[in-house]
Amino acid sequence: MSTNEMSKTLGPDGGGGALVVGWKANRWWIAGLIVLAVAPFLVYPIFLAKILCFALFAIAFNLLLGYVGLLSFGHAAFFGMAAYISGHVMKEWGVTPEVAILIATASMAVLGVVFGMIAIRRQGIYFAMVTLALSQMVYFLALQSEFTHGEDGIQGIPRGAFLGLVSLESSLSIYYFVAGVFVLGFLFVYRVIHSPFGQVLKSVRENEARATSLGYDTDRYKLLAFTLSATLAGLAGATKVLVFQLASLTDVTWQMSGEVVLMTLLGGVGTILGPVVGAGIVVSMHNLLAEIGSVTTIVQGLIFILCVLVFRRGVVGEVSAWLRRRRSTKKHPRAG
Amino acid sequence: MMEILGIPAPVFLGQLLLGAINGAFYAVLSLGLALIFGLLNLINFAHGTFYMLGAFVSWLGLRYLGIDYWTSLVVAPLAVALFGIVIERTMLKRLYDLDHLYGLLLTFGLALVIEGVFRQLHGASGQPYAIPSALSGGVNLGFMYLPVYRAWVILASLVMCLVTWLIIERTKLGALLRAATENPDLVRAFGVNVSLMITVVFGFGAALAAFAGVLAAPIYSVNPIMGANLIIVVFAVVVIGGMGSIMGAILSGFLLGLVEGLTKVYWPEASSVVAFMVMAVVLMVKPAGLFGRNA
Repeated sequence: MSTNEMSKTLGPDGGGGALVVGWKANRWWIAGLIVLAVAPFLVYPIFLAKILCFALFAIAFNLLLGYVGLLSFGHAAFFGMAAYISGHVMKEWGVTPEVAILIATASMAVLGVVFGMIAIRRQGIYFAMVTLALSQMVYFLALQSEFTHGEDGIQGIPRGAFLGLVSLESSLSIYYFVAGVFVLGFLFVYRVIHSPFGQVLKSVRENEARATSLGYDTDRYKLLAFTLSATLAGLAGATKVLVFQLASLTDVTWQMSGEVVLMTLLGGVGTILGPVVGAGIVVSMHNLLAEIGSVTTIVQGLIFILCVLVFRRGVVGEVSAWLRRRRSTKKHPRAG
Repeated sequence: MMEILGIPAPVFLGQLLLGAINGAFYAVLSLGLALIFGLLNLINFAHGTFYMLGAFVSWLGLRYLGIDYWTSLVVAPLAVALFGIVIERTMLKRLYDLDHLYGLLLTFGLALVIEGVFRQLHGASGQPYAIPSALSGGVNLGFMYLPVYRAWVILASLVMCLVTWLIIERTKLGALLRAATENPDLVRAFGVNVSLMITVVFGFGAALAAFAGVLAAPIYSVNPIMGANLIIVVFAVVVIGGMGSIMGAILSGFLLGLVEGLTKVYWPEASSVVAFMVMAVVLMVKPAGLFGRNA
């Protein structure tokens, strides 16, 4: 997409690749909000809240893979550790949920800077291995330290009351709280991607040497992107704790890191809606296959293989490519 | 009782021996990983799975076909190599022109499928594999007790590593291989069948992993996730050593095993993370890795 197109609108819809202008753009936003508002009356709210948490996680991950081209195989470290921290401060310190989320998210920003500084020293596939190794370190930390309660995890975490006023105990209220967090996260990433900063990130993805030669300190951009991604993954993990009232080792394993890669790959790498769609599919699949032993793992692996071999654009990527093809076979669309 | 650095000698040396054994597995696995990476530009996530398959093939062979340990040591790597070659020919081959990340993702998917299938069939608990009678028992060295099988594992791994190193550094085939790693197009222009070479190297890397798996079977219990836990440490080893050099992969494998063993003596809680801590330090000081040529 050229920068000329970008300046005309709020930006092309990263998912559809379709250009939308003015009220039309707003129309889609409003439709999305209405869907979010109505959905819990049609589907079990906790299930939806789970999808939204993972969607936010995948969006955070996609910010790094889709827009900077860095594959992190260790994002579970941020997701899971944030879950532990927010669970701990809510249960042991008795703080309100929004404070817990803030503490956990801020901690992940710090951890993100530290891991980022180590990981961006290597490129490409090395980056994946380094992040994987670092997150495994967090896993062992969680396994052994006191406050995570090892194999048991932190259980029975109270949901508390938002700002100390609105109780989040009911399924519906926790859903709307999570939806609010999700929308904020989504808007934030959308804004980042369509900012000048986001454009620099994409240039790093396309040709890092060129970006350097144009005077950009690419390491600083990568570090900032990594930190933002880690922070948002932390936000997702801290929010998930509120829904399930449980922080456990599952969230810090490398399998969880693999899961978020799968969601993004399946939905469509580098599209804004892809991770959301991918999260929806993967979480639903989990619910369907949960009863049948290791089948989930096998199916996940097969989807991975399928995505890589024949389906690299993911669901959203394929759909928008199809839409584009359809549009171009009709007459040329009017400008804009 | 004799002491070494404040620790009773048998305890100290015992942990060091355990460390050396782990180091042997790290070395053989990271050697295969480095070979594959050199020619295919692929991080093989399924490398741990090949290791697990090696152990399982020998366990299944013993149980259902009566194949003994010594035969397994040859048959299991061959079987896994064949499997690897099929994977390379049918799937990986299609990805060479794409971003290298896709290869990593594909092998990750493969690892999930294979490990899932084995977990479904055999459960997550381990299956015991008896030490072959010729290697059972131990020798009292005076200052410590040395189980024969453990000595054999270290010796066999060392020999395997050295033979591989000799083939690559000292034979014509190895020279071609190194040339193809540097510049495949040029080697192709000389009339060498590079894609056959790639297939063979992938098969050989898989065989190395399976060989380590067979060696590991009598020490650790044979279970579907034995490779998954190991491969992440091996990744750290590879980052520490730097992918550039074969000897680097071997040395850093053994080195890291020993460091782990020592950590178990002095700071047991940290022994499971020490590999990653070393990796982080190496990355900060020398990003290309200890033996790496470039980043």
